Amino acid sequence: MASGVARREGIAGWGFVMPALVLLGVFMIYPILSSLWMSFQVGKGMNLQFGGFRNIARLAGDAVFLKALANTLLFLVIQVPIMLVTGLVLAAILNDQTFRGRTVYRAMIFLPCVTSLAAYSVVFKAMFTADGVINHVLMALHLSDTGVPWMTDPFWARVLVIIAITWRWTGYNMVFYLAAMQNIDRSIYEAARIDGVPVWARFSRLTLPMMKPVILFTTVISTIGTLQLFDEPNLLTRGGPSDATLTLSMYIYKLSFQFMPSFGYAATVSYVIVLLVGLLTVVQFFFARDRLK
Amino acid sequence: MKPVSILRHGFVGLVAVWSVFPFVWMAVAATNSSADVIKGRTLPGGYLIENIQAFMTAVDLPRVLWNSAIISGVGTVLTLTVSALAGYGFEMFRSRFRERVFAGLMLMLSIPFAALMIPLFVMMAKAKLINSYSAVILPMVASVFVIFYFRQATKAFPRELRDAAKIDGLSEWQIFAFVYVPVMRSTFAAATIIVFMANWNNYLWPLVVLQTNDKFTLTLAVASVGIGYTPDYGLIMVGAIAATLPTLLIFFLLQRRFVEGMLGAVK
Repeated sequence: MASGVARREGIAGWGFVMPALVLLGVFMIYPILSSLWMSFQVGKGMNLQFGGFRNIARLAGDAVFLKALANTLLFLVIQVPIMLVTGLVLAAILNDQTFRGRTVYRAMIFLPCVTSLAAYSVVFKAMFTADGVINHVLMALHLSDTGVPWMTDPFWARVLVIIAITWRWTGYNMVFYLAAMQNIDRSIYEAARIDGVPVWARFSRLTLPMMKPVILFTTVISTIGTLQLFDEPNLLTRGGPSDATLTLSMYIYKLSFQFMPSFGYAATVSYVIVLLVGLLTVVQFFFARDRLK
Repeated sequence: MKPVSILRHGFVGLVAVWSVFPFVWMAVAATNSSADVIKGRTLPGGYLIENIQAFMTAVDLPRVLWNSAIISGVGTVLTLTVSALAGYGFEMFRSRFRERVFAGLMLMLSIPFAALMIPLFVMMAKAKLINSYSAVILPMVASVFVIFYFRQATKAFPRELRDAAKIDGLSEWQIFAFVYVPVMRSTFAAATIIVFMANWNNYLWPLVVLQTNDKFTLTLAVASVGIGYTPDYGLIMVGAIAATLPTLLIFFLLQRRFVEGMLGAVK
């Protein structure tokens, strides 16, 4: 009987997906709703009471929050484009079959992706000390007279965090681009080459438009990742000097687990990240669709 | 060589050297005293044994390795089981309602962990699970990303196999266990790498729920010796090597699969 089969199929279908749905319900949907509820509560520790919009009002006057927000957005706006463009250029070069040593280069550039964020952060911390190996190299190359104050100057501390994240994630994005480029039909390039289309035009007119979906994908995941940035600034610069590298995630951690915990206010800050992620994802999809027309 | 070609080699070569340099330097620094590391000594020194001893004194290496292995191992097995079941279920048993649920899951891909952290912590505190393996593992088991990965991969699973197995009298669960899993083993291998690495390298959540040294993961232990204001860098480099070596090994042994695994999710 057809309906019997269909019903059995339906039951089996739910059976397979149910463990995942239950776990996601408990460990994702409940917490995200719970933190929305908490964001309207005030108080210390587990003693919370309803506070209406007091937390939201507190955000506007909280200089540390505003600094963390500005830092996070700064990292996003500066670091993500540098990383994605570098990854794209590297992929375009390494996709050339005639480029010598491409497999070795590819493996070398991908290598940073296998390190844990914690391990590479402590290695970078040691490399960028005032008298450290990086400053030695910079002074030997006469790029700096006295060495760069990586850890003690707000500007350079931010640069250091950007250098570190770029080191860790450029190869990761490059691999996505390489894979997408390898799926592009080579005969299109042949035809364009025979028609006398120059190299850069082939890249901008042929490669880039076909790469749009993967560029969008990497932009979205990089945006989400950067908005949640925690490991590197926490281990490299401890958010300093004077909160110059404090990120929203670090601030949430500090509000929740250092000193007297303010879970309600921390939840409010976390919803700022939720809203930013949502907003930027929509904007990026909108841009991508608009450009496609 | 043409100028353009030199430029390209120069650029790629520079990036490649810079990508590898911290690894080389980490190995060199592990053989130097902390004072030499801070001074940027680039030659190997004679402090390797002392640094290893100092690290072994500061960190109970067998203990943290065991913690990391349990958390990453159990976490990976659970994540793969739950996600493969779900990916298979969503792809093989289509219904309009389940498609809607799946679309809902896709929206959850962009939920930042920072927004889940506090309620999860409160939940674990109420369940008296703080400072336990379960507290680290449980929230990581159901991953929308891995479910999505398995669903995408399942599109390549031949439906005829399932039909044939049904005619042979296998139940849906038996088909999954005895037909689907063996056929899809390369998907499982790739997913194992991604999930294991993510668990092994995880820092923020274990930092929140693990509170005593005897429960720390290797990643956490390395971070905690590295975080001080006057850290012993020789010792830290030994720790960084210990934390990197397992994943580096996986990368070299399974390089092709590793990259395939990362890409699988976007095909």
